[in-house]
This record gives sequence, C-alpha cells and structure tokens, in this order.
Amino acid sequence: MDKATILSLEQVTLKFSGLTVLKDLSFDIRQGSRTALIGPNGAGKTSVFNVVTGAYSPSSGAVRFRGHDITCMASRKRIRAGVARNFQNIRLMPHLTAIENVMIGQHSRGRGLLNALQPVALFPGNRWRREARDALASASLQKYERQLVGALPYGVQKRIELVRALQADPSLLLLDEPAAGLNLAEKHELAELLTRLLGEDDRTLLIVEHDMDFIGSLCEHVIVLNFGRKIAEGSCTSVRCDPVVQEAYLGASVHLERRGACCAS
Amino acid sequence: MSGYAGALLTLLAINVVFAYGTFLPMSAGQLNLGAAGFIAVGAYISAFLSNSGVPLYISIPCAAVFAGCLALIVSIPVLRTRGIYLALATFALGQVVQATFLNIPMFGGAAGYPVVEHINSFAIVCTAALVVAVSALIFATRFGISVVAIHDDERVADLMGLNTRAFQAAAFSLGAAVAGIGGALYAHHYSFIEAQQFGFGLSITAVLYVIFGGTQTIVGPLVGAAAFTLLPEIARASQEWRYVLFASVIICMMAVRPQGLVTRASLRRLFEGRARG
Repeated sequence: MDKATILSLEQVTLKFSGLTVLKDLSFDIRQGSRTALIGPNGAGKTSVFNVVTGAYSPSSGAVRFRGHDITCMASRKRIRAGVARNFQNIRLMPHLTAIENVMIGQHSRGRGLLNALQPVALFPGNRWRREARDALASASLQKYERQLVGALPYGVQKRIELVRALQADPSLLLLDEPAAGLNLAEKHELAELLTRLLGEDDRTLLIVEHDMDFIGSLCEHVIVLNFGRKIAEGSCTSVRCDPVVQEAYLGASVHLERRGACCAS
Repeated sequence: MSGYAGALLTLLAINVVFAYGTFLPMSAGQLNLGAAGFIAVGAYISAFLSNSGVPLYISIPCAAVFAGCLALIVSIPVLRTRGIYLALATFALGQVVQATFLNIPMFGGAAGYPVVEHINSFAIVCTAALVVAVSALIFATRFGISVVAIHDDERVADLMGLNTRAFQAAAFSLGAAVAGIGGALYAHHYSFIEAQQFGFGLSITAVLYVIFGGTQTIVGPLVGAAAFTLLPEIARASQEWRYVLFASVIICMMAVRPQGLVTRASLRRLFEGRARG
C-alpha cells in the first residue's frame, strides 16, 4: 500500500442475509485528497461509510486506516483513530443544545474520569466549552449556541452536525450527503464553509453526494458505485463521460444519445 | 412546624432521594424497575452497621457504596439487555434482592428488622438537598451531557467515541448508590424495616416520580416527587376516593404531557421570560 494512502478497502463484501450490499469493493483514498463517492440510490454508498466507521462489520475483506487493519476495531475507537462522520439523515441529540451537541464530538479528544467530570455547564471559560463555542462561531452558528437542536432549521442542523464531526479533529472526514435538502444559496455556503474548514488542516475528505456541481466545486477525485460494486473511478469530468456511469444513472438507451454531447463539452 | 408538616416534609425528602436514584439511570436511557432492590440494600446494610455500633455518618455512606458496587457488578450482565428486556431484568433483580432479605434470618426475615439509631427530619432534608445538589453538579459536567446523548441516540454516541456501556454502568451504579442512601434514611427514620416494604410497587412509584416530573432536566424528579407526595395529601379530604382522583390525574397527565411537567424548553422559556421581564 502506498505510504500516502490513508484509507484502503480491500475486497470488502457486505451481506445482510441474502442481500449483498457491497461486493468485492476495493479502493484507496490518498492522504489530504477530496474524493466523492457517487452512485444511484441503493448503490451502497452509505454502507461504505458504515463499514469504515464500524457501524457494520464486513462479511469479508479488510479495511485499512493509515496502514493498520481496522476491520475488527470497535466503532468508538475509530473516531479516536481519526475517522469522523456525519449522517445522511440528521442524527443530532434532540435533548441537547447546539453547543452540547458539538461538545459530544470532542469526546474522542478528551477521555478519562477527569475529562468526564469537567464542569462545562458551570464555567463559560471552560476549555471544552470555549472550543465548542469557537467552532460554532467559525461556522456562523454562534446565535444558536444555547438552543435545543430539534427546533432549528434543517440547514443549521446540517452545519451543526458538520461542526460536531470536526470537533473530533479527524484526519479522515466522511460526509454523507451534506448538501441534500439545501437550497442553492445554502449549498454555496456549505461548499465555502467546507473549503475554509478543510483548508486550515490537511484533512482527507470522502463525501457521498448527488449534486455533481457541488462535487465539482469541492472534489478532485470521484469513485462511482452501482449495486455495491465500483464501476468507475477518476476525475469529475472523466466519470461524467464514462458510458458505464451514464448507463448506471440514466439507462442504456439514454447514454448512447448523450455520449457525444458530454464528451464534446 | 407542626408534626404533620414535619412528617410530610420528611416523606417528601426521602421520596426525592428515591426519585434521583431512579432518574440517574433513566437519564442514560435505562428504565430501572429494580430501584426498590437497591433501596432495600441501603436500608438493611446501614441498619445492620448502625445496630453493630457504627456511627450513622459512616453507616449511611457505606450503604451507598455497597449498593453502588452491587449495581456495578450486576450491570455487566443486566446492561447487555435493551428496552423491555432491560426493564424485565431490573424488575427481576429487585425481586431477587427482596426475596434474599426475606430469607436471611440475621435480618429478621418476614418478621422485619428493628433499627436502633434514629435520624431526624432536619438531617434527612439536608441529605436530600445534598443529593439534589450533587446530581445537579454531575449533570453540569461532560458526564451529564454524555449520558443524555446516550439516552437520545446510543448508536451515534458510540460512533462519536463514547464508551456507552461504561457511561450506562456508571449512571446505573450512581443511581443505585443514591437509592441506597434513600433506603438508609428510610430505615433510620422509621426505625423498622421489613422486606415487603421494598417490593415492585416502590420501584414503580419511583419511576413515576421521574416520568411525571420529566426526564429531560435535573429539576424534573424533584417536581415529580413533590407532586406525588403532596397531591394525595391535598386530596385527603375526599377519603378513599383520593387515589382514584390521583390515578386519573396521572392518566390525564400522560395523555396531555407525556414528556413530563418540566422540560428543557419550558425551563428555557421560564428563564428567558424572567430575563426579559
């Protein structure tokens, strides 16, 4: 494995009873790269995230992170190793405020009894609270700090989830459809925010998204899945023109009509 | 203060301690139907120690530690279960503890166990206030935020790096220790305990305190215990119908406000309203 490879899936197969969700899937993600994972609905994109973060155990194959086999590593230990994620359907803690949700993301950086007993709600100047407040401010979310997240707008909740994941200080960030459900202005804001937040550090980004313009503005590399298999990999432009990708998305008859136009452009 | 008011205040203080003993595990998403078991452990152990000549300020903390350690040991198998199975496992645990004390001759068996030392109402109220203050402090820490996160979404909490099993075991054991303190206060105030007092009904009542008051805030169990202790007294004039009235209030409450009397949103509205006013 290349030294610059941060994540590597090797012949990963994931089965649920008779249903094969991922089939002999292999790909490498380079350190510091921004890669998009695309594919039609049900292609297995979120399942890849679940396998990488340990929510699912693969039926066979191996997952390597920084060269170490993490296939059997407990899910809670993977975020400590440097793999953080958000969720396709927002999964914030509804009984916690925005800043408390963000502080949950810090847990992987400060464990042990002494850290667990840090009085974050008593002292505004507490280190963890201050860090969470700064993180919210960096995403222009400071005004929601003390509000319960359940009542906040969808776009705001998405950004809080992103800030929560970043609070773990991950070297690999997995974002599952971060732009889904956002309007055009919100998507631009999110792309700018991601560029700014990721630009500060040498983080690696793996993102599942359907909006190709959003992907184009953020990622230099694209991996395409269909029915749990990798069907294409390359730059954004090359996968757009790939007939196999077009067939997976649009059907065999359509891709033939569009092939010339796409590649001409 | 009249004798009646003093007795009522003492009962309220003991019920508040029982409520926090049940609230701590419930805040981490565990429905503990065996709180009476840990209350019994606290009552019998502290009574045995003080009857053996150990002073109260040692016997009561010892009872809390014993109940907490017992909970930590049993949490290993019990907390492997989820949902209704966890409720049934804790229920069975409470029954096992009750039956155990019922069959130990040293503790008087079915005849009961007299307690020589007495603890007055003032000390009980102070202890209850201390339990509330310590619980509030615990919930002002990262531990408090973590257990609420586990209550809300255990899977995501795990993916965020929280050792969910350890936090749940800690909440379960802390709750048991608090319940043990409640049992010790009960035993030393009423000077007599028998295993039948620590049955399933007591566990359910303690759970109702928390559900009635609300599981989202540290104030909820206090309000719930107060409502459950004082409402039957207010309705005392209606004699035997008071429990029918009280049960009707509970049913209406669960239908209209299942989240309990006190929620974080309602507290926020209250304090923001005061700040504006």
